[in-house]
Order: sequence, then C-alpha cells, then structure tokens
Amino acid sequence: MRAPFTIVFPGADASVAPATPRNVPVSGGPASPTAEATRAQFQGAVVRVTVSRGETALVVDRARLHDIIQWLHDDPAQSYEYLSDLTAVEHRDTARPIEVVWHLRSLRFRRFLRVKVEIPNGAPLEVASVWDIYKGVDWLERECYDMFGIHFSGHPDLRRILLWEQYKEGFPLRKDFPLRGRFSRSEQLKNALAANPEARYSMEELSIANAYSELPAEMRQRLAKGEKTGE
Amino acid sequence: MSQKRTLEVELSTTGLGPDGRPRRVPLVVGGDAGGLALASPPADGPDLEGEHMLINIGPQHPATHGVLRLVLELDGETVVRCIPHIGYLHCGFEKIGEYRQYNQIIPWTDREDYLNSIGNNIAFALGAERLFGIEITERCKVLRVIGAELSRIASHLVWLGTTCIDIGAFTPFLWSFQERENIYNLLEAWVGARMTTSATRVGGMAADIPDKWVEGLVGFIRTFPKTIDECDRVLTKNGIWVGRTAGLGVMTPDEAINWSLSGPMLRASGVAYDVRRDFPYLDYETYDFDVPVGTAGDVYDRYLVRMEEMRQSVRILDQAVKRLPDGPVNVDDPRVILPPKSKATSEMESMIHHFKNVMEGPRPPVGECYVAVESPKGEKGYYMVSDGTSKPSRWRIRPPSFLNLAAIPRMVEGHLLSDVIAINASIDIVMGEIDR
Amino acid sequence: MGLNLDTLGGHGPATELNRMEPRPDEPWVTTKLDFLVNWGRANSLWPMPFGTACCAIEMMASFASKFDLARFGMERMAFSPRQSDMLICAGRVPFKLAPVLRRIWQQMPQPKWAISMGACASTGGMFDNYAVVQGIDTIIPVDVYVPGCPPRPEGLIYGIMMLQKKVMNERRATRGIRDEMTPDPSSKLYIPASRIDALSEPFGNSVHQTRSAP
Repeated sequence: MRAPFTIVFPGADASVAPATPRNVPVSGGPASPTAEATRAQFQGAVVRVTVSRGETALVVDRARLHDIIQWLHDDPAQSYEYLSDLTAVEHRDTARPIEVVWHLRSLRFRRFLRVKVEIPNGAPLEVASVWDIYKGVDWLERECYDMFGIHFSGHPDLRRILLWEQYKEGFPLRKDFPLRGRFSRSEQLKNALAANPEARYSMEELSIANAYSELPAEMRQRLAKGEKTGE
Repeated sequence: MSQKRTLEVELSTTGLGPDGRPRRVPLVVGGDAGGLALASPPADGPDLEGEHMLINIGPQHPATHGVLRLVLELDGETVVRCIPHIGYLHCGFEKIGEYRQYNQIIPWTDREDYLNSIGNNIAFALGAERLFGIEITERCKVLRVIGAELSRIASHLVWLGTTCIDIGAFTPFLWSFQERENIYNLLEAWVGARMTTSATRVGGMAADIPDKWVEGLVGFIRTFPKTIDECDRVLTKNGIWVGRTAGLGVMTPDEAINWSLSGPMLRASGVAYDVRRDFPYLDYETYDFDVPVGTAGDVYDRYLVRMEEMRQSVRILDQAVKRLPDGPVNVDDPRVILPPKSKATSEMESMIHHFKNVMEGPRPPVGECYVAVESPKGEKGYYMVSDGTSKPSRWRIRPPSFLNLAAIPRMVEGHLLSDVIAINASIDIVMGEIDR
Repeated sequence: MGLNLDTLGGHGPATELNRMEPRPDEPWVTTKLDFLVNWGRANSLWPMPFGTACCAIEMMASFASKFDLARFGMERMAFSPRQSDMLICAGRVPFKLAPVLRRIWQQMPQPKWAISMGACASTGGMFDNYAVVQGIDTIIPVDVYVPGCPPRPEGLIYGIMMLQKKVMNERRATRGIRDEMTPDPSSKLYIPASRIDALSEPFGNSVHQTRSAP
C-alpha cells in the first residue's frame, strides 16, 4: 500500500484572502506583478501588456514564447504550475493577427495570467508547443490545430482530434469557413459515410506513438517491410 | 520528429517494479535511427515476442458514457497502451456562438454539459456580465447558488448511478434517478424545463422562483441526505465495490496538476483546488462549506470525494435558503434586460428598449474575459472576446472533462481491461462537453 | 394452447402430430397469423439505445424507477445491435457518427424499427451547422419521430406506444415491408442527393443571421 499523498493547498503563499471580484473595470486597472517581472526577465520579449476586466494579458514575442512559459512555470516567484486553457482567436476584422492564447494559473499565489502570441497575416501558422512543460496541453494543442490549422512545433502527435483525419473542408473556426460548411449537405453526408467506422489506429500510426520498441518483433518486421494494416 | 529527447515509458511486459507499478525505462526519440529506441535495453530484456492485441471499445458501448472510443493494446489482459478517439459528438458550439447574440447563446450552454445545465447557464451569464461590466443583484446571486448546487447534485447522481451500473451494482442507479426526479420537479416548477433549463439571462434570471418553491427545496434538503446515506451504506464498505475501485488509475498530485485535471479528479489526488474557494464567484467565500480531498488519487477516492461534495452542496443549499433576500432578480438596466411584456405593449420607451434588445441585442465594450466556475466535472471556463458588436467574435468553452479524459492513457496503462471501465467511469465524462 | 393453422395449408395426412381438431379437454384459440406475430413483436420490443447527448439522459430516466419502460415489454435492454428490434436514436448525430449509426442499423436483424428521439436526431434541431446531420432519416429509415428538446420520458413512451400500434398493423402480405434497404453503392445514400439538399435547406432565420448586427 502506498503512503497517502501530502495534500497540496492552493494559496499557500497568497497575500490576500480570495473574494468575489466586484465592480471590475471594463478595461485598465493594475496589472499583475508578473507582467513587470517578465518584462525585467525577458528584455524586449513582451510586446505589450493589456488589462481587460481585471485580467492581465501579456502579448509576447512568438520566438521566445516557450522560454517565457517555461520560466513562468519554473520560477518560484511566479509558479504558474497549472495550465487552465489554450485556444486561439481570429478576429472578425481579418486584417488583425490571429492570436494564440494560454490561460495560466498559479495555485500557489492564486494568480491568473493570460499569455498571448500574435501571428501576423501571411506568416506561417506555427508556434512552439509547450507539451514538454504541461502534459495536459496535448489535446488542447491538437484541438487548436483541428479548428484553426495552427501547427505546434514539438508536439509529439499533432493530428485532428474532433473531426476525422480525412475531413476535406478545412478548419471550421476560421472566419472564412461558412457556418454550414463548404460543401452541400449531400456531399458532406457522402464524405462522412465513406469513412470506415472500424478504421483503427494503423501500425504506422502506432509506430509514432511512444512505445515502438515494445511492439512484437514480428509486427516490427512487417512495419519495416512497409506493410500497411490500416483498414 | 525533429528534435531528440528522452521519454520514459512503462514497460508492462517486463513485469512490475519494486513499487508495484510497471517498470519504467528511458526511451530516446529522434536519435540516430530516426525513430524511437530504448536508451539502454533493460537487463533482463522485455518479452518482445509476446502477441499483443488491439481491441476497440466504442463509439457505441454502454460503458463509455456516450460516444467515446478507446483503442486498447493488450498484452494478455493488461493494457499496454490506450488511444482514445473523441469527436463523435462534435457539434460546432463555438462556431455557432459567433452567429448568436449573448442571450441567444444561453440555450446552447444547456446542451453542452447537459447534466449541469443551470451551472453552465450561470457560468455563461457570469462571463457575459463581466464582459458588459454589470453587477447582479443580491437575490439573483443567491438564486444562482441554489441553481448551481442543485445541478451539481443532479450531475453527481448521474455519475453515481451510471458508475454503479458499470461496476455491477444496479440498485443505486434506481435510487439516484428517483432523487433526480425530485430535482427535476423543482427545476420544472422554476423555469419550466427538466433538463435544458436556459435559466439565466445576462443581468439576471429568466424567472424568479414561484411561490412556495422554497418549501419544496427545504423538503428536498431534508430528505436527500437519507438517500446519500443509503448509497453510502450499500457501497462504501462493500468488499466488491472497494475491490473494484481501490488502487486503480492513481494520479499523484504533481501529475494531476501537470495534466491540468480539475474538479473531483484533482481533489481526489490530494490537491485542494476548488474554484468556488480559490477564485470565488457569486459570494461563495461567505458560505460555510468544506472541500473534500483524497489522499490516494484512485477511483475509490474519487467516489468518496463526490459523495462528500453532494453532502456539502446540501449544506450550501441550506445556507442559501436561509439567507435568500427579497428584492429584484434582474438588474435595473434597460440596455440588457427586457422590459415586462405589459409595459412593452403600452409604453413607448419600453417598446423601444424591447425592440433594440431583441433586434440588435446588447453590445458589450471591446475586450475579453475568462470566467471560470466549479462545475461538477471541474473548472468550467468561458472565454469571450467582444469586438463591440452584439455577438462575440470568439466564444470558447474550457471543458473540464476534456482535460480530465486526456489523462486516461496515463491512468489505465498497466491495469486490467475490466479496470478500464471503472477508471473511465470515475472520470465522469460528458461527451457533449468534450466534443462540443 | 391450440392454434388454427388453416391459413397455412398444404399439410400432409392427419396424423397425431398435425391433427387439426383439438381434443375437447384442450384449451385453444383461433386467430390471424398476422395478429399473433405482431402481438408478440409489439409487446416484446428489445430496444437498442443509441444515446449520444441530452436525450440519452431522458431515455435513461424513462428506463429508471419513476417511468419504468419495462412495463411496455422492454425489460431487456439490448446493447448489442444484433440482439435487438428497435433502435432508439437519442441525441444529435454529427457527421463523424453517421457511418457508425449506419453500421449499427445494418447489423440489426429484421424485423427492426427505428425511433428518432428529439429535435436534433429528427431534423438537426438547433445545430444547423457544418458538423451535424440534418435528420437521421437521411442515413437510416425512421418509423417514429419524437419531438422535443429533449422529449420528456412520457414523450418517448408515447412514441414507443405509437410504434407498437404501427407494428400491430403490419401485414405480412405487404410485399417488401421487411426487405433490407440497400444504399446506392457509389454514394452510399438511400435517398437521392438532391432530395437531401432540398430537405436540409436552411429554414427560418437559423443561418441567415449575420455574424454581427449591422
């Protein structure tokens, strides 16, 4: 029998008791102390700091995003150990850049922080994956890729997650995607019914999962010969 | 795979390590061979000649709680790897939200985590109110707490019933659905619907509670703990129940935080994080309630945490009923709240407000906000971006069970096939919320 | 219980085994074969619950203590399509699930019936977007539509009682009534593509709303 866990209490180093926020200003207000600390730590990497509804958002340089999040996670004075959410935003005004948004929480200090990266128009939709810092971001990054087509470099297995692999219509949450999809209803139904509901993970896909060497020898030999098993 | 890094995998084929878990060996990814290789083969060598088998559970399977699909690689009866496939219930909620006004989105929030409809309505309304910069009335706050706790109990009861069926106990299912009918009766008297309540509006509620409703709620508060005690007596010290749940799917506190688990999953792993207490809303900090925490992080602890949460919800309901103040439910702001129908048909100004509200919809200032509440599944967040028009330019749902389910490959590996069902049940997934 | 087998005809010489006349001490009944078969089928429908979303919870409520669907001969839930007569499709069906639903329907043996429970399964409901099938009758033939979002358990029970009536009125003489429908091999559709497009046209103001009010 394993020993019981030591219980982690959030807010161990928080200075104020938690309370329901009241009369939150629509914009402006004091920024989180993290913003200043990040600015000092990463010279020039913080593009701007905005405060909206009492929540601080750091817009950071795309190239240094991974370092910044790593530091926010590791630094004992910041300690953003919990990733609440990852998503992307495309504005109606398509001249504005697409934003990728990370919502971080520090359980220790009871803080909340929004980190953003802007991908300018025309630039490749690619940002660094933070999968090596937060394991929980795995599916969120896959979903973001599925819905927006944003590539997360360094993600171990970036595939579509909500839609199926052979989905032909594009990325649904992009603003140029019509609400009812690009194809007619009959075309959509034909495409959907053509999918094989029994198609499993093929052996090729298994090989990219993280235990290739565990496969039976015979299966590995067949893979090496280029045999395909996907139904 | 471009860069080289080292992973650890658990090799269940090499037998158990000294700590009783499958042995862990380091793996190098992206090395010279380009693929994956064992950094150093284990001394005794894994039995690579064994026949592995792929089996497929779902998407239509009674124990997957919806349309989840799990592809399992088995070595004998032990799970070597689990690959979940989701998206069989992807209905494009977030896309539709961009085409609807704020009040029009509320019916969609019902149908996304459909076990916790009122809780979602409240979360969305809180987010929209933060976006608009509205402070709701005191009576509305207490009514929302009552709604949220009722739906928490209702959701945990479905979890209890279905998990019992999965593990082989049928009776608690009948008891819990009987209690759910009592909650449904209360909700129906309040908002007119059993499940899909659409109870809130931006700035208030769709309806105030009817006369004598509180008496019904007090009756529920009095009788419900008896049902919980009864389930407790049947299950908690039941040898079969403990045998089927204890020691399964363990997540340590660090792992649980790193995997972004939330709700009872996180608390069973020994992290006392509850949004109601740590990032309060609706004045939850003024209610007296305990946050149950587990110390083993297994399926049995998750069961205990959820049972205790139902009792704590009853405590909160009891306090809320006692403090329920009189006064208006909706804020006095004609920009967001519809005027009463009698006024809209008789007074010019009210008619104009009604027309503007219905045809154009209220417009929040430019900006964004993320509001999280403690749903029965965990931290439920709504992230809304406004560009100053009456429809959000992005409406994002932070689904707690999506992130909880993402850890299932980690939790089931090394366990038996029959335990996969128990572990999956303990996550309390709702596919409507996962796939959205 | 004796049985009047006149309608079958063609039985050989009257032996002890196939004699027609009941003995005076035997109880017996005479009826139409259609009635007897339909009566048996209608009162022991084995449902195959294909629950996806909100409606599945109301379906569970109708199986549970208060509503108790077992009173209508549905004691046995068949979670395997191969041992069931009646598919209850409860909840929305996205395109990703369409081939699964089709496969489950094809796995069910004849005679089989389908109930489409809820607005989303019947018409796509409030989800007129890129992801959701606009009515499962474009994938499988449906016998009874139960409206509601979600329907109350009483609604589902009423739909099942309507299906029982429909089963009672079936005539075995009707040609092709229990033939398996075969989809078009190239498009895999039962009904013409133009008809699907016409059926799932946008209606009301469901999609004509712009993203942002002018």
